[in-house]
Amino acid sequence: MQLEILTPEHKVFSGNVYGIQLPGTNGSFEVLDNHAAMIAALGKGKMKVLVDKHNTDVYEISAGFVEVLNNKTSVLIEDATALA
Amino acid sequence: MSGQLKEVRNRIKSVQSTQQITKAMKMVSAAKLRRAQDAIIQMRPYSQKLQEMLSNIVSSVSGDVSMPLAEERITERVLMIAVTSDRGLCGAYNANVIKLTRQVINEKYPEQFKKGNVTILPIGKKGFEFFTKLGYNVVSDYWNIFSNLSFESVRGAAVYAQNAFLRKEYDRIELVYSQFRNAATQVFTAEAYLPIPKVEQKAGAKNVDFIYEPSMDELLLELMPKILNTQVYKAVLDANASEHGARMTSMDKASENAGEILKALKISYNRARQAAITTELTEIVSGAAALQG
Repeated sequence: MQLEILTPEHKVFSGNVYGIQLPGTNGSFEVLDNHAAMIAALGKGKMKVLVDKHNTDVYEISAGFVEVLNNKTSVLIEDATALA
Repeated sequence: MSGQLKEVRNRIKSVQSTQQITKAMKMVSAAKLRRAQDAIIQMRPYSQKLQEMLSNIVSSVSGDVSMPLAEERITERVLMIAVTSDRGLCGAYNANVIKLTRQVINEKYPEQFKKGNVTILPIGKKGFEFFTKLGYNVVSDYWNIFSNLSFESVRGAAVYAQNAFLRKEYDRIELVYSQFRNAATQVFTAEAYLPIPKVEQKAGAKNVDFIYEPSMDELLLELMPKILNTQVYKAVLDANASEHGARMTSMDKASENAGEILKALKISYNRARQAAITTELTEIVSGAAALQG
């Protein structure tokens, strides 16, 4: 699926990924290929981008939103700190 | 005679060095303008997506959602957010922002102003200095955002304004800044910031069956402050680009004017030099003639 992670200052991530784990306001959840259309609010926590089955990028975020539509996921956050 | 020559020569030198400075400032502004424009472009996808989400949600919400940030109250206290620059030498840019701010106060809030209920939140040193000097009520915590321009610092000002509105410290908040069109044109605008103007339900919005997490109403409440943050951020970025654009054009004009002065000075220098040579020649010739007698 296609993933875009956007902040007001720059594009953090853009490309094809296997899935993404997100800290929802009501608990953590995961978006994989062909997820149903969804808009969700995100809370404070770790966001894990599953680039493929072995590689992951982890970011610390404080709040934001995610929109899933037609296998395209857009994550909108105000700040993202990459964790090694 | 040579004294006059020297004087003109000195003036030429000083105008030349001024021209060098204005030229350099123009180049610097051009480079900074490019960076400022890049920042605007970087922000665009984020704010577009945010707006898209908002219209998606609004088109699916059936009734009215009561939002504290959209509450219309009787206007007693007003906050004006005025975005100016930190530095001068950019033509009438700052003067125009300040003029528009005062004009809006005079036209829309004269009653409140008389009672001393109009407060200014200046962003940028020039506006801060001006409004403080004239004795306006000033919120002085956020004027130096431009010294380290980032979303983080702008958000501080935006969050302050939203919280103050929610605490009913202000009943109406307006945002005065200069929209960036291109390097030569700025459009000075005042827009209502809070309460949030009613979001229109667009008839043509695509109706996708979204899953909403947690719920539509809560999402809307979460989304609104983020959109308001981006609104201020966009205003500040626009103002920043406008400032550099204005400085670039005014420095270009200054270099041009220096060129014109130089041209006139060179003509008068050459004329004085020629006059000196002519008198010297006449002296020699008439001296020789007297000797031959």
